[in-house]
Amino acid sequence: MLTQEEKHEIEHAIELVPYKKAASVEALKIVQEHRRWVSDESLRDVAKLLDMSPEELDSVATFYNLIFRKEVGKHVILVCDSISCWVMGYENLRDELFNRLGIKYGETTADGQFTVLPNCCLGTCDCAPALMIDNDLYRNVTIAQLDEILLKYRNGNR
Amino acid sequence: MERPLTQHIREDRRPLSLKEYETVGGYQSLRKMLTMTPKEVQKLVQESNLRGRGGAGFSTGLKWSFVPLDAPKPKYLITNADEMEPGTFKDRILLESTPHQLIEGMIIAAYAIQADISYVYLRWAYKTAAQAILTAIDEAEGAGYLGKNILGSGYDLQMHLHTGVGRYMCGEETALLNSLEGKRATPRAKPPFPQISGLFGKPTIVNNVETLCCLPHIINNGAEWFKKLSLTGDAGTKIYGVSGKVKKPGAWELPMGVTLRELIEEHAGGMQDGLKFRGALPGGASTDFLVEEHLDVKMDYTSVAAAGSRLGTGTIVVMDDKTCPVGFVKNLEHFFAQESCGFCTPCREGIPWVEKILISIENGEGRPEDMDLLEFHTKYLGPGNTFCAFAPGAMEPLQSALKYFRNDFEKHIREKNCSYNRVKEMING
Repeated sequence: MLTQEEKHEIEHAIELVPYKKAASVEALKIVQEHRRWVSDESLRDVAKLLDMSPEELDSVATFYNLIFRKEVGKHVILVCDSISCWVMGYENLRDELFNRLGIKYGETTADGQFTVLPNCCLGTCDCAPALMIDNDLYRNVTIAQLDEILLKYRNGNR
Repeated sequence: MERPLTQHIREDRRPLSLKEYETVGGYQSLRKMLTMTPKEVQKLVQESNLRGRGGAGFSTGLKWSFVPLDAPKPKYLITNADEMEPGTFKDRILLESTPHQLIEGMIIAAYAIQADISYVYLRWAYKTAAQAILTAIDEAEGAGYLGKNILGSGYDLQMHLHTGVGRYMCGEETALLNSLEGKRATPRAKPPFPQISGLFGKPTIVNNVETLCCLPHIINNGAEWFKKLSLTGDAGTKIYGVSGKVKKPGAWELPMGVTLRELIEEHAGGMQDGLKFRGALPGGASTDFLVEEHLDVKMDYTSVAAAGSRLGTGTIVVMDDKTCPVGFVKNLEHFFAQESCGFCTPCREGIPWVEKILISIENGEGRPEDMDLLEFHTKYLGPGNTFCAFAPGAMEPLQSALKYFRNDFEKHIREKNCSYNRVKEMING
């Protein structure tokens, strides 16, 4: 069940567009903002509000890589894997990150704190390698900085 | 040297507030423009020879001229701020630091086509920019630069920020329109062109951030001034960037037409110690390599095209002599395979095939006939064979790598390994 707040926000998004369906991406973003991901149940609820079939809405949801249709951890780490970061050797950073967290791409740590995903170019190529954790961008990241960066998000620090 | 677009950007890149922007002459071009007719604005911009900075390099004034001015409202002006071309980070700077310059440019473009609704389509990753733009829109509305009856002129314009949720395809203008309509971001057939039937079926213009940021300066200083900023026939300044193993990667606003050599050796400080220049993508992942013989090519649309590539976004990715060209292209094709929207078959099936071949060559499992297969794909996925320009773009770095670095591909196949100094188990990643 969507909360009143979610419904209210989605209805507001609908008001800004010519027809309900056009608010689908906004509506999915709203649900994800509140719940970190979009479950089958949420998808069905949103589809109803937009007069869409769940299948049609899912075709939109699954197109966009930053709408999560599987549960993610409290913090999502996006590792830039595009060309400038590759030239600067991002793979070493990625592998160290996997080691420290004990997970690989698409997985979530057992404590539910972190999910790590690959992401294409983050648009900060002069400061490669780069990664994002939630809304925070980290540039020129070195392996030596990893523990310190992760600590900021551990144990409810953020 | 004049740097109109970036002259007021602070060292720490904090955005200029409305007051600060007005103090340095902000929104004066808007006042001037409102005394002109839309046709006069279009003509001035056409005369200035401004070409689209998103990568295609199409004349901005000409693009606008296809919008029927007498069409009923709504009409739309959209800023393409979905900067996702790998290696590109120029619009980020303008978005984060001078949001009012963009808004002023957007009002000018919107007025020129008599649009009444405008959107900034911003990529998800640009969080700082999103905040800067939201604040700036609020400030501009408060000051009467946006909304109803702008500065008493009778002209109305709303502005909204839309932040995306990923996918490179959203930067293609018709896919961007589908995305804004809440659909999958697949491209549309043209014609009808967006100028006739764009967002929600209404006349629409989509312009790049850097393009729009040129407009206040063209209105203030005129077409001749804008042309004279350039060293060549392609007008204006350009925000160039360099990434890769150079001493000082970065971005700089320079006269259009500086050479590749000057960018790499002077502005980027040259190659890192112990490394040599091997090649570069001049304008993002979907441009053909330039190599040593091209170092004196002038970086404008015309000259880079004559050298067999495209200026694209003008943000250069440098490849050094210790980096494997096969691995480099494999990284690019992985990106394209992943980001293909899947709508048309050659692109959806062909690019992953190319990626698989490159993985096997890089892993020492390549066969001599793989060279022909790669060559075949550069033609089969080339212009005219796919629904949009995505797959042809994906083939540009591959076809030029096969031309300039052919020995590397053949050596991998012959010796059944990659001789570059990279840790092997990382290659599949």
